[in-house]
Amino acid sequence: MPTMTVREALRDAMAEEMRRDEDVFVMGEEVAEYQGAYKVTQGLLQEFGPARVVDTPITEYGFAGLGVGAAMGGLKPVVEFMTFNFAMQAIDHIVNSAAKTNYMSGGQMRCPIVFRGPNGSASRVGAQHSQNYAPWYASVPGLLVIAPYDSADAKGLLKAAIRSPDPVVFLENELLYGQSFDVPEGEHVVEIGKARVHREGKDVTIVSYAIGVGLALEAANILAADGISCEVIDLRTLRPLDEAAVLASLKKTNRLVVVEEGWPVCSIASEIIAIAMEKGFDDLDAPVLRVTNKDVPLPYAHNLEKAAVVKAADVVAAVKSII
Amino acid sequence: MSPAAAKKAPSAKTTASKAAAAPSGLPKEKLLAMFREMLLIRRFEEKAGQLYGMGLIGGFCHLYIGQEAVVTGIQSAAKAGDAVITTYRDHAHMLACGMDPKGIMAELTGRIGGFSKGKGGSMHMFSVEKQFFGGHGIVGANVPLGTGLAFAQKYKNTGHITMTYFGDGAANQGQVYESFNMASLWQLPVIYIIENNEYAMGTSTKRHAANTELYKRGEAFGIPGVQVNGMNVLEVYEGAKKVIEHVRSGKGPYLMEVKTYRYRGHSMSDPAKYRTKEEVEDYKENRDPITTFRKYLEAEGIAGDAAFKKIEDEVKAIVNAAAEFAKESPEPEPTELWTDVLS
Repeated sequence: MPTMTVREALRDAMAEEMRRDEDVFVMGEEVAEYQGAYKVTQGLLQEFGPARVVDTPITEYGFAGLGVGAAMGGLKPVVEFMTFNFAMQAIDHIVNSAAKTNYMSGGQMRCPIVFRGPNGSASRVGAQHSQNYAPWYASVPGLLVIAPYDSADAKGLLKAAIRSPDPVVFLENELLYGQSFDVPEGEHVVEIGKARVHREGKDVTIVSYAIGVGLALEAANILAADGISCEVIDLRTLRPLDEAAVLASLKKTNRLVVVEEGWPVCSIASEIIAIAMEKGFDDLDAPVLRVTNKDVPLPYAHNLEKAAVVKAADVVAAVKSII
Repeated sequence: MSPAAAKKAPSAKTTASKAAAAPSGLPKEKLLAMFREMLLIRRFEEKAGQLYGMGLIGGFCHLYIGQEAVVTGIQSAAKAGDAVITTYRDHAHMLACGMDPKGIMAELTGRIGGFSKGKGGSMHMFSVEKQFFGGHGIVGANVPLGTGLAFAQKYKNTGHITMTYFGDGAANQGQVYESFNMASLWQLPVIYIIENNEYAMGTSTKRHAANTELYKRGEAFGIPGVQVNGMNVLEVYEGAKKVIEHVRSGKGPYLMEVKTYRYRGHSMSDPAKYRTKEEVEDYKENRDPITTFRKYLEAEGIAGDAAFKKIEDEVKAIVNAAAEFAKESPEPEPTELWTDVLS
């Protein structure tokens, strides 16, 4: 199987869908002539031209709303936020305009739009550029929320997102853009709403998503050396959440740890714990633990940043504490 | 426009139209259709007010009474297939788009026969068939949405344009200017219509706008603007005709400020203590758009008492039928709670 970076996989997903459907277009800051602030849209302008690869002014609230209107008008916009931190300026259109269109119209209208861009911490970029918005968007009915880890899922899920008649928040990660993974050749579309078992195990289930999956796999390797067998589940889609996959694994291992590169309070981890309590209580042999970033704005200083962001050693310690 | 502004934005020409309503040259049928439309809006809104008072309509209900000439004049100049989007004071826009009054009233009462199956309410109705895109409750948020509709029209080269209506209050939202910038930059076929009814909820234009000549607010972006008298449907129509021609010909966006007045409060719960009774009475007595137009039609010999009586009766029958339908249509099934969240 060929390997490619997450960045290339995302680009290929957009290019393939743009070839397939003329109504798909990409817009955002620096997506065209600059070739993407993180080079995710590299080459799209050359292939599809400026009518379909649209550089916007720095005007998130405006172009997010414009994108939603274009979707209502029959197009399939892929709106790139340079980072999801900037989408805070636009969140009204994601939540109030896009997510509620179908419901408020009694099923008459759709809003087929993808909001995508990097989410979560990068490296040394300070508090305002380092936040995980997954729990925010995942709390909103009417949205699909996707946060892939590797290149295959990045490609397959972005293609599915662009084809979806529903609005999608597609959360990428800057630190993953340059990492390489296998990607199946040919047409590769991944079903939205399904978790993936990255590694089978029998002693404990580690649930995560996005960059946290890498930490979970790293921890599972370390723990294997100590004779602890971890099952690693990548949620991939955060709304709708694949509860069945989490509960099936819990039934098998009876222990659950959730790893999340983000704050602990009102997090995806909190939600997984609630699901385990409500629907998997009898399968639990130990409390479910959250392994997350520290509950502080992200500091800049190298040592403090390292202390604030979740790491594999935290996962190892958590697993050991419940075995 | 100041010379400095003219230099910076050479293509932006802003004018306050002072033209009195001249004989329009419009066919009799068209003039009477405009009168009928305004009367339908007035009677529909009066009925909605009654149903609200009876407890059949809940929550917010923003009535358009006094502003009828605005949407009637503009939509009379538009083509079928042009898109319309507006804010929460939206019943009149739906009527002017040709949406069935029964479906609108039944949405107000929260019934399955409503345009959104009772799930949208007064502020949230849509009709893909009539190209009406809501009905939006967040002040100003429909402006980039309308700009996006125009983006899609240009992208697909449909020849259609988008009427984006909003109020003087919404005109202060930042996203309005983000939209102006992109619409002008990309020459999108959108008309921005500021329905200036003098009050942003309870705050008068003088108290909320540093410059109350709102039609000039596109100047910095090279968007031409015009101010028209929104209490006279022919002046609105004539103004809109020119603006629509400009926009449809591919010359980019245009801004229309339509000076109007709402007789009722901002919503049903508003006693309107921020303005004097005399001010409201002056508009009702001396500047009412329906009375003014009726007098014009009489003076021009286009219609007399019998014709007006016939229209009044027809409109009354339509509104009564809508109210009956809105009362009799059942509430949505409990299972509707869970439908239309995702496809």
